[in-house]
Amino acid sequence: MYSDKVMKAFTDQSNVGELEDANGIGQVGNASCGDILRIYLKIENGIIVDAKFQTFGCAAAIATSSTAIDMIKGKTVEYALSLTNSDIVTELDGLPPQKIHCSVLAEEAIAKAVEDYRSKHQA
Amino acid sequence: MERIYLDYAATAPLDARVLEEMMPYLTEVYGNASSQHRFGQVAQMAIDKARERVAKAIGAKPNEIYFTSGGTESDNWAIKGIAEARKSKGRHIISTPIEHHAVLHTLDWLKSHGFEITYVPVDSVGKVKLDELEKAIRPDTILITVMAANNEVGTIQSIAEIGKIAREHGVLFHTDAVQAVGSIPINVKDMQIDLLSMSAHKFYGPKGIGALYIRNGIKVDKLVVGGAQERTMRGGTYNTAAIVGMGKAIELATENLDEYAKKISEVRNYFVNKVLNEIPEVIFNGAPFEDRLPNNANFAFKYIEGEGILMTLDMAGIAVSSGSACSSGSLQSSHVLLAMGLEEVFAHGSIRFTFGRSTTKENVDYVVEILKGAVNRLRAMSPLFNQLKGDVTDV
Repeated sequence: MYSDKVMKAFTDQSNVGELEDANGIGQVGNASCGDILRIYLKIENGIIVDAKFQTFGCAAAIATSSTAIDMIKGKTVEYALSLTNSDIVTELDGLPPQKIHCSVLAEEAIAKAVEDYRSKHQA
Repeated sequence: MERIYLDYAATAPLDARVLEEMMPYLTEVYGNASSQHRFGQVAQMAIDKARERVAKAIGAKPNEIYFTSGGTESDNWAIKGIAEARKSKGRHIISTPIEHHAVLHTLDWLKSHGFEITYVPVDSVGKVKLDELEKAIRPDTILITVMAANNEVGTIQSIAEIGKIAREHGVLFHTDAVQAVGSIPINVKDMQIDLLSMSAHKFYGPKGIGALYIRNGIKVDKLVVGGAQERTMRGGTYNTAAIVGMGKAIELATENLDEYAKKISEVRNYFVNKVLNEIPEVIFNGAPFEDRLPNNANFAFKYIEGEGILMTLDMAGIAVSSGSACSSGSLQSSHVLLAMGLEEVFAHGSIRFTFGRSTTKENVDYVVEILKGAVNRLRAMSPLFNQLKGDVTDV
């Protein structure tokens, strides 16, 4: 059902957890739907220098969260915002059709985290 | 890697003794059982013997047993067949919200064809509320259909009491006993059951074969029409080998029922106690041991989603089943657990473990070790668990 890349990303622990010195946090989803995704970003001079995630969700939700972090770490904020859910799906060698919404959550959580950062750093 | 199968409620492997009995009917005895020549009659005799074995196992007469393609067909036939045969008397049917989809979707179909369905609620352990069941009976009620034991949480219904209520009110009683037959004692006469569905692969028989018991004298419309098989009630060439296998499997399963229940419930109870002792924040879903199938355990592991546990166990060679299933965009949690009043967020984290004849305590020890690791890892990454610990304030 899942590709090898999805299973690998599901078991990868390197991006899991809370980022103590995050300056942008984005959370999407809700518990009764069975999906909550929270992304922590540490942004310096327009670059995402560190990022982590926490997820309550299925294996696909966990795998897309972890992969999204891999894809944006060390990149510019603009690059992170340009990332689409289908880029994440491609990186994972595909997802079952009923799991595509997990990748949408990852895209949305990144956007929210950036929005959170910008709202705090406008002044 | 060691592989441990704990999904016996989904299906059980074919018993070697059953396969042995089936083999001649997959090879040299190939005649059509409906044929009048010797080739056919040998097959017919084997089917007769299987029918006697199935009847004996549930306290029925052989001519009350009709072979079908399995539990789903039996449920469809029983419910649609009674609805059609009795619609001049009434169009009201009583059921429960925790039935298998083979029953629920058949009822949906009948609803779209002018029937009215009342779903009697269940309590927090999944037992049907008998007083509400009795109150739901109306003059136009033609059928009560309640499963004998639930496939997800293993709760055993008070079948004899429901049979008594139905008989007293002159309403027919069908039970989906797919999970019950071969696992707990069933006697259709003592329990006043009018129709009963069963499926061979749940009790170590072959897949694709089941039966419907129809009490003598009850009129049921046909579902599968065609040839004159099954005393003209169900068309289709006899699947001789599968029928023979079902007969052997049900005999093996029911002749040692007490011994099976004692042995398997001991392992199950050991598992349940171990999980509850060693993993915090766990809900044991369903009824206490005495009202529950001997091989079933179902837990909600709070603050995590079930599929992650399932996949982690699968990678360690352990097969279990998750109560929540993904469908078109959002996760649907179990209709059974929700009907029992479990919070949806916890229903998402529910896992079913169903044991088999060969499951050991050593298996259980290994499973609990892997399970602990899976639960800890998934909780560590869950924002809901952090919230519980007070680490996060703004969820």
